[in-house]
Amino acid sequence: MKKDAPLIELLREYGVSRRGFLKFCSITASLMALPPTMAPAIARALEQARRPSVIWLSFQECTGCTESLTRSHSPTVEGLILDVVSLDYHHTLQAASGTAAEEAREIAMKENWGKYLLVVDGSIPLGNPGFSTIAGIPNVEMLKEVAEGAAAIIAVGTCAAYGGLPHAAPNPTGAVPVAEIVKEKPVVNVPGCPPIPVVITGVLAHFLTFGRLPELDGLGRPLAFYGNSIHDRCYRRPFYERGQFAETFDDEGARKGWCLFRLGCKGPITRNACATTKWNNGTSFPIESGHGCLGCSEPDFWDMGGFYNAVSEPAMESGTAVAWGLAGGALAGAAAGLLNRRERKAARASHQRVTVDDLKREE
Amino acid sequence: MDAAELLLWARGPGLLLAVGIFLFGMLLKLAEILLLGRERNLAPVRASGVGAGFRTVFRRSFSMDRSSLKTSLFVHLAGYAFHLGLLAAIFLYTPHVQLFGALTGLTWPALPSPVVDLLTVIALVSLMALLWHRLTTPVLRLISTGQDYLAWALSFFPLLTGYMAYHHLWFDYDWLLAIHILSAELLLVFFPFTKLSHAVTLFMARWYNGMMAGQRGVQS
Repeated sequence: MKKDAPLIELLREYGVSRRGFLKFCSITASLMALPPTMAPAIARALEQARRPSVIWLSFQECTGCTESLTRSHSPTVEGLILDVVSLDYHHTLQAASGTAAEEAREIAMKENWGKYLLVVDGSIPLGNPGFSTIAGIPNVEMLKEVAEGAAAIIAVGTCAAYGGLPHAAPNPTGAVPVAEIVKEKPVVNVPGCPPIPVVITGVLAHFLTFGRLPELDGLGRPLAFYGNSIHDRCYRRPFYERGQFAETFDDEGARKGWCLFRLGCKGPITRNACATTKWNNGTSFPIESGHGCLGCSEPDFWDMGGFYNAVSEPAMESGTAVAWGLAGGALAGAAAGLLNRRERKAARASHQRVTVDDLKREE
Repeated sequence: MDAAELLLWARGPGLLLAVGIFLFGMLLKLAEILLLGRERNLAPVRASGVGAGFRTVFRRSFSMDRSSLKTSLFVHLAGYAFHLGLLAAIFLYTPHVQLFGALTGLTWPALPSPVVDLLTVIALVSLMALLWHRLTTPVLRLISTGQDYLAWALSFFPLLTGYMAYHHLWFDYDWLLAIHILSAELLLVFFPFTKLSHAVTLFMARWYNGMMAGQRGVQS
């Protein structure tokens, strides 16, 4: 692969037609809520874009994010863009290993200092640096080193964005997200377990087109993809409004495709593009295949009170609080009742009869 | 603290704390009332009065007494509208039914969300009208205490925040949901210790009144 050839040429080598490329550009523009007139601008920018160096670091992760991008379906433009534009270093995908792999990373960093994109998946353990190392280098050290020369950092997946599964209670490795370690560089969070492929490439495309990162929400996510909740964009929403719910996964409501709120769907508090972008080449998304949303693009989704408990249900076991309340109330009530009785008894005992004579004025 | 953390606290420790305090307070209150006992009735009893008690509980929920309707039509209308809207919003909205199901194991059918939405609006408007009435009627204003306004606010805010959360008004949904749950928890915490507890004790009081009248052979 010619290293400094324009992106479009490299894509052509992979058999992506111009039509397919333009289609990708217009889809990206519409997904990112840019005006349709921006599609040619994206195309122009991507055509001229030189292959930017991307270093992909994988820390405490399951490789699901990489799998999501590379293996979900037959090669798509977004998969290829990532493959082609990127990856001077990705220890799962690259052929080299050991010293050769680390050398590739160091060369890429040196040659593109200040310009390369850093993509991170996986959380970083702070409990003990030995919990996760690559070539003997602790994750936190490698992240700091590579982040220093990066133009921007994309935290891909919920682990890199918010700590994810390793961060789930009781967080045995002391896992933290990227943004907690890298403070002085812009970090874009692309959460999801895994994130939607086109969201990752959309952020890349935005960066290549405009030279800056997209607008982010309070949790560091691109607003264009995480601006709406799943619930607000869900095709099953009318059933929610009408009060038609599946009560179990195999009842009549489930078969009729009714709302999965009662079965624990976290759609109302989850922001992601699943309901519009969908998965597997636009085939469907979890709710469409009959399972509620797990809320995987939200911080601490693993500890949100159980996947099969509705959003409005208690997030903790309530038995102890109920028992303490009842027992305490009964005891205090009994004590108060007894005190009141004693008071009344004492009042009766000390009651003095008053006669008319007592009331006569003493003059 | 971000919205997700606040929401998780509200759904977890916050809810348990509120439910615990609510149950503690209610049991304390009920035990105190019941242990007070009653003076022995020395008069011969004409009937058991049990049925009359239940009849009074039912009848006084629909006070269609013409003279009181005439003197305070507004309070009657707004009062009924508010109470019905509040009860529907609390007990007949799907997510709430789900919550009661998780807490008590009992579930019942819910109303369609737009119907609950309408009833909530009616309750909100009635509450505002009742506050205005309280503030503009000299006698009522004079006898109103801080607790009256507290009870008003504690009932108003869960309704308002729930309405705002449902319609995604002005703030982020996660924040609104968290604040809505917290406002309801505040209601639970204050419920046993303010006049809000009438929602439970009124049935005891009405039944007792009805029973006493029944034993004397008079209408209550």
